[in-house]
Amino acid sequence: MYSEKVMDHFSNPRNVGEIETANAIGEVGNPKCGDIMKIYMQIDDETKTITDVKFKTFGCGAAVATSSMATEMVKGKTIDEALKITNLAVAEALDGLPPVKMHCSNLAQEAIHSAIADYYKRKGIEPDFIQKCDGCCSSCHNHDHEHEIEE
Amino acid sequence: MSNSRIYVDNSATTPMKKEVLTSMLPYFSEIYGNPSSVYAEGREARKAVELSREKVAKAIGAQPNEIFFTGSGTEADNWAIRMVARANKAKGNHIITTAVEHHAVLHTCQELEKDGFEVTYLPVDEFGMVSAEAVENAIKDTTVLITIMTANNEIGTIMPIKEIGAIAKQHGVIFHTDAVQAIGMIDIDVNDMNIDLLSLTGHKFHGPKGSGALYVRKGTKIGSFITGGAQERNKRAGTENVASIVGLGTAIELATSNISEKTAKLSKMRDYLINEILEKIPYTRLNGHRTQRLAGNTNISFEFIEGESLLLMLDMKGISASSGSACTSGSLDPSHVLLAIGLKHEIAHGSLRISLSEDNTMEEMDYIVNSLIEIVGKLRAMSPLYEKVSKGNA
Repeated sequence: MYSEKVMDHFSNPRNVGEIETANAIGEVGNPKCGDIMKIYMQIDDETKTITDVKFKTFGCGAAVATSSMATEMVKGKTIDEALKITNLAVAEALDGLPPVKMHCSNLAQEAIHSAIADYYKRKGIEPDFIQKCDGCCSSCHNHDHEHEIEE
Repeated sequence: MSNSRIYVDNSATTPMKKEVLTSMLPYFSEIYGNPSSVYAEGREARKAVELSREKVAKAIGAQPNEIFFTGSGTEADNWAIRMVARANKAKGNHIITTAVEHHAVLHTCQELEKDGFEVTYLPVDEFGMVSAEAVENAIKDTTVLITIMTANNEIGTIMPIKEIGAIAKQHGVIFHTDAVQAIGMIDIDVNDMNIDLLSLTGHKFHGPKGSGALYVRKGTKIGSFITGGAQERNKRAGTENVASIVGLGTAIELATSNISEKTAKLSKMRDYLINEILEKIPYTRLNGHRTQRLAGNTNISFEFIEGESLLLMLDMKGISASSGSACTSGSLDPSHVLLAIGLKHEIAHGSLRISLSEDNTMEEMDYIVNSLIEIVGKLRAMSPLYEKVSKGNA
């Protein structure tokens, strides 16, 4: 059910770990829902570039693979570039995800946003871009679905 | 060992035995007649179907004319519950079941609720056991059916079926049991246990997929579920799947011929596996009952990791098992069984079911334990939940 790329990133995840001196940390998800991603970034204050990134994830194969891919994608990017990375882009970079696993790619996107928001908060700036999903990502997915039916 | 796969998901399905396949083969080609036909080809097929019926009946202490072949265990559950409910509507509209039944039973009960039936879903204790006393207390004047599984498919807990059967009989309530996981693992006698209806399927005991049967005690009020022909004594229409029925007969005969020998071997491997895992891997817990459990069933929760990841890594090591995590169930919630025994969602997500058959060996148990030590270590090293605990302890 998973693409080769997903399996590659799942079995050999890139950038696993922590950064002791990280100046941006984001954690999203909920253990109740079965997935949590914690992302650590080292952001250069001058160039606003993400010079290093690490992650830790509790979750399924797709959650681990999207975490790994997302960290690869933001590394070396500026904050603005990183914020433009969408969940779809992460999923596409992995040669797609099974439909029931698409919500896992939200986790990676949210984690990136959450870490960058943390970076701004540490500087006393209230971020305006943060997007939050109430409850389990998969329940958002479900709400969308219900909404479609109502229409 | 790394060259050959280790299959330990025998509660999902089992490989067919050679003897079963051999017995089936002629019925795909040479003996192709329709059992309803009067001529020689038909009579030969009919003979095979009836011989199989005798074998199934014998395996559970029933009479051949109380056995009805179906296309699956799920169909047998659906038939038993829906049609007993409907046939006994004049008497009442109340059904008693448990919170840990297979979805074939739970979803059917939920459907009946929409049709005006009232269903009591009895809770279970921390081991997944329903109390016979609770069953008795739940009986009302309007109760028409008690449906409780013989043994649980996820955590292997064996229910007090004989006690429940006695209570049902005493109160004049029809008793159905889903024995899909229990056939060939527990001695079942429908008369001794006062079972009125029993569902089974062949592929859980080395028979063919798509084979099933419903036992219906003589005199039990039940309508037909599938209409359109006189097959199965007017109760289940559709041309008999002769080869599959033959395979079911062969498989059930084999499965029930050596229960004590087989369960002795399986429970020895199971207990070794459970003890090794609990001893060698911290933050683990056994789900289900320690002794009142299916001989081949192990269900363990590994804290701080998620079940699908665990399964994928086991798969890479050549091990096939299953999990109660939401990611593997295709729904939002982890296993209803694990939640019913009081597990928190996050613990339920990290559960692993290892279900054994006679084909497994002690060496394989060691390989599984060693693989788990490595995999669980790897996944925990990656888990932000474990990070909190390991730092908290430091």
